[in-house]
Amino acid sequence: MSKIPKRTPRESDEARAQRYAALDAESPTLTPAEYRSQSRRSFLTGAVASVAAFAGFRHLQGRPEIDNIPDVLRKGHEFNEAVWSNVRGSGGNAPTFARSASSMIRVNGRHGIRDEIDLDQWSMRVEGPDGRTLGRHALADVTAFDKVEMTVEHKCIEGWSHVVTWGGTRFSDFVAPYEDLLGELPKYVALETPDGAYYVGMDTASMMHQQTLLAYELEGAPLEQLHGAPLRLATPNKYGIKTIKRIGLIRFSDERPRDYWGERGYDWYAQL
Amino acid sequence: MSDMQARSASEQVAVLRHRRGTRWMHWINFPLLAIMIWSGLRIYNADVRDPFGFGIGLVGWHWFDFLPEGLSDSLGLRRKLAKGLAWHFTFGWLFTLNGLAYLVYTWRTREWRHLLPERRSFSDAVQVIKHDLFIRNKPLPPQGRYNGAQRLSYSLIIFFGAIAVLTGFAIYKPTSLNLLTRVFGGYERAKTIHFFMTISFLVFFVVHLLQVARAGWRNFASMVTGYELSDRPVIQTPASGEELTDV
Repeated sequence: MSKIPKRTPRESDEARAQRYAALDAESPTLTPAEYRSQSRRSFLTGAVASVAAFAGFRHLQGRPEIDNIPDVLRKGHEFNEAVWSNVRGSGGNAPTFARSASSMIRVNGRHGIRDEIDLDQWSMRVEGPDGRTLGRHALADVTAFDKVEMTVEHKCIEGWSHVVTWGGTRFSDFVAPYEDLLGELPKYVALETPDGAYYVGMDTASMMHQQTLLAYELEGAPLEQLHGAPLRLATPNKYGIKTIKRIGLIRFSDERPRDYWGERGYDWYAQL
Repeated sequence: MSDMQARSASEQVAVLRHRRGTRWMHWINFPLLAIMIWSGLRIYNADVRDPFGFGIGLVGWHWFDFLPEGLSDSLGLRRKLAKGLAWHFTFGWLFTLNGLAYLVYTWRTREWRHLLPERRSFSDAVQVIKHDLFIRNKPLPPQGRYNGAQRLSYSLIIFFGAIAVLTGFAIYKPTSLNLLTRVFGGYERAKTIHFFMTISFLVFFVVHLLQVARAGWRNFASMVTGYELSDRPVIQTPASGEELTDV
């Protein structure tokens, strides 16, 4: 117990050289003649592989496009969706932050909300998969539920993020009567601005997540028009492109709904 | 008799330097990493700022931008976010798989014995760098296939590759992989690390090309053919190492 060896003694240069030489001696060797034929084969293989790789790259770039990206890459998005829709993070939620960490977020998208509207005239229609109107709601119908406040990191697909506080009603609370009405909710939910200029397709599972809100407050105050007054979607589990402002229509759908940015080359799923 | 001995002693021999699997994965990594960096810059460029440029933000004065406007224009990065993401998240899998395959292969073939840094690699590396910068003229310490600087830099760049993949997943799926994102200190920090891994790949690439150019054709060819032709004697004696190439 008394003697703990401090360090193994320093290896001499000769010992190192021998150790390396022994390791190198394991490597197989070729005669110069064998090396020359090996060289020919290898460089030929390399040349063919390089040409094939470049041709493959050009071919991929020239593939017919599905919603503005080459079909192979669209398949890549769909593959990723199949993988990640089965992965739930720890607790299943996006991280939340202290209220003090949040601040007012910038206005980034104006699609579908370019003109101011009279908020008193606003109403939101709910439509079934067959196109039948199931309900029409004023803001009071939404605010009647328990208000949920969450401080989360809003992530823009452009790369920036911003910690922000939303207040609103859980979509799962709001939709419960429709769940009873329809039996089981269809697989998808489509949301549109009143003018139809911006539209978002969502999977119902993501809509029913407890962090998905029909939000009417931002930073503790009612939404301003450019932030989506009177009612917008808020979720930290999708990129900002999915958090549609000024919702005018909610439609349940058996088919995957169109999506404004999905049609413009982005991942339809956009899950974080 | 002595004539023949002399001739046979100087005969050329080709020694295996890079196994077939290592060569394939090395060369496959090149276009994959190129695609990842190219598509990654399209993503980076979509932010209206140059997020990791240096300068004083308050007065809007930037003394260094990673992607000044002229560069992003000439590289065709503008308004290509959707395509950048599509390439990045499809080819990211291939980049990851190639990296994993390399790790398993290097472990199973015990090639790591040539590659991992040893206790003396750090001091060796200092001497090698001094030598390469013409600061030092004394003989270099003994080396195997790779010298100390190579052991360090090749191991580090593989490690950085792993960090790039992990931070990539952390910022790709910060909710689905929220534990991973937390390990890297959150979304924004993971993004910063991911970006600086890319910068390190570019720096590595430049130095690597310079060193390969210095080391000469036979060394370069060995990454294609696997074998390096050398004038070492057929009957191997413990070499002092001074004839071994640098890269």
